[in-house]
Amino acid sequence: MINLLTLPVLLPLLGAALALALPKKPRLQRSVSILSLTAVLVVAAILMFRTDADGAIAFWVGGWNPLGIALVADRLSSLMLLVASVVALSVLLFAQGQDEDEVRRETPVSIFHPAFLLLIAGVANAFLAGDLFNLFVGFEILLFASYVLLTLGGTADRIRAGTTYIVVSLLSSALFLTAIAAIYGATGTVNLAMLSVRLSDLTGPVQLLLQLMLLVVFGIKAAVFPMSAWLPDSYPTAPAPVTAVFAGLLTKVGVYAIIRTQTLLFPESDLSGLLLVASLLTMLIGILGAVAQVEIKRMLSFTLVSHLGYMVMGIGLANHAGMAATIYYTAHHITIQAVLFLVAGLIERHGGTTHLDGLGGLMKTAPFLAVLFLVPAFNLGGIPPLSGFIGKLGLLVAGAQVGTPLAWVVMVGGVATSLLTLMAMVKVWNRAFWGVTPQERAEAKAGSGNAPAEGAPSEGADALHARAVAASSMGVVVEDEADLADEIERRKNPMPPLMAAATTGLVLFSLALTVVAGPLMSYADRAASHLEDDSYVSAVLPEGDR
Amino acid sequence: MSANLTLAILAGTLVACGVYLLLERSLTRILLGVMLASNGVNLLFLVASGGSGGPPIIGDAPEDQMADALPEAMVLTAIVITLATAAFVLTMAYRSFQLHGNDEVADDLEDARIRELAALDEASESYEETVFTDAGEDAVVSE
Repeated sequence: MINLLTLPVLLPLLGAALALALPKKPRLQRSVSILSLTAVLVVAAILMFRTDADGAIAFWVGGWNPLGIALVADRLSSLMLLVASVVALSVLLFAQGQDEDEVRRETPVSIFHPAFLLLIAGVANAFLAGDLFNLFVGFEILLFASYVLLTLGGTADRIRAGTTYIVVSLLSSALFLTAIAAIYGATGTVNLAMLSVRLSDLTGPVQLLLQLMLLVVFGIKAAVFPMSAWLPDSYPTAPAPVTAVFAGLLTKVGVYAIIRTQTLLFPESDLSGLLLVASLLTMLIGILGAVAQVEIKRMLSFTLVSHLGYMVMGIGLANHAGMAATIYYTAHHITIQAVLFLVAGLIERHGGTTHLDGLGGLMKTAPFLAVLFLVPAFNLGGIPPLSGFIGKLGLLVAGAQVGTPLAWVVMVGGVATSLLTLMAMVKVWNRAFWGVTPQERAEAKAGSGNAPAEGAPSEGADALHARAVAASSMGVVVEDEADLADEIERRKNPMPPLMAAATTGLVLFSLALTVVAGPLMSYADRAASHLEDDSYVSAVLPEGDR
Repeated sequence: MSANLTLAILAGTLVACGVYLLLERSLTRILLGVMLASNGVNLLFLVASGGSGGPPIIGDAPEDQMADALPEAMVLTAIVITLATAAFVLTMAYRSFQLHGNDEVADDLEDARIRELAALDEASESYEETVFTDAGEDAVVSE
């Protein structure tokens, strides 16, 4: 029964190997990946149930106790695993819909599935890792899969974006290894549970150095300001499902690692001032970047950076309520950010672009899409009673409990960020969903300059001309035959059912996070108290063998 | 534990050279920098593992003279990962060369565009100011 812990890592790995062996059989490949991710989802649900009932569970792989590799699941990691597998499964279904439907496949199927499964294996390994080196290996697995996914097809844009991403990731990996070497040199172990005992024997400055090194490494992964500049540069060019799963999972793995190391390894060391300042800057700079964007995917990438600040804020507050709210908020944010990127994929599919200058009138042409966008957008902006509001409220309450001047400043920053998020979302709504469609604009321009077309009664001809030019330069005009075939297919079937169903499913899941907010918040509360007591350590090292 | 000073200095030099190369624009040089830096980090593991010793096999060497095998296992893993990364980055550099004739890391174009717009203090092309009237119709007034 305890071997359950290995399954979330092993199943996607085996699935990836199988999918890689079946490049010519897309249907079989698809069933393999769906099956293995569903199995991971089931295992994650069982783990969540068991850890909630019995506390943390640990498993020494190969029985090399206490020198080998430990896998540990506690309430926090099993919740993260569950949400991650729900998101991964929906994104996979969305990608299926896109694959089946597009004439010119944007994602070469044969490599997409193995890479996607490897990514999930890496994420699961990082969540379950019981030692720092295994955490590093988990990071490397997911990073490698993400390199492949980010540069799928090898187009000029993706190579450019991928280069930045890879160089930054390589640097953070080297830094992580340095930190591991330093920690091993200082303590003689990399096992998290043993470290939590042994690190406190070190002198203060050495501890602080190790803590800061780990914080920088995970800060790069989690895109915390000032290590956030790489994210909006590299995410938007990838295909929609890839961006969705990156946005949902990869940065949250960094957040998870920060929570884990801060609570387990350095519970006494007080860096909450630093973390609070970093969270304030992340929130504000991220959201100011988002407001300035005119491309939906880039805007969402900036809101992603900005909202990571909320999670860092909860960690920085370093009290029980803050940690519980952070856990809830992380679960909420994984879902909501992934669903928004999926909706951006649907918008691209429907309107041909995600550039606001080339969109308009989607409210009339695709009312269902409008609903799919509006619900998560309000949720991201923190409109009551949705889960974003509940998470933010929890963070604000925790901030008020701390009550230092800095905490109040960060709380004000958080509220301002929430408002600015709403502003960014309203900007997308106004320009993509309201107004006239690009076709109407073009028609109005083609018709005689002084006889305005219907739907645009009071527009000046000059403005319309300018807009049509803008729209055509944004890629609405088709360029070659493959594009033309795609364009025709797109017109025929603007919203493939599987893509729409996957997105709807994820929207419903995000609403479910609101509906079960009570039980989930108390679960997060229990998970936070798990982080404070020594149940993690005693699960890994039961005897006095520390 | 006494640290090996030579190894530490060597590791530091390698990492310093690596960082210098990382600051270059060409992806090939960045790759060389990454490889130097990661080899420097690998040496750091040898520093962290303490002094050298006999093979860690029971019966082969007295237990107190055995080398610590754990950091060596970690270094092996790290070397394999670096190898794979180097292969991938080389492919990317080649692909970039195919596409552009060079392998330079380019700036974020969209970012530069937004910055220019901000510097010109202009709204983007489709910006519109919507005015709502009491009659229930919204009039779109362009600048």
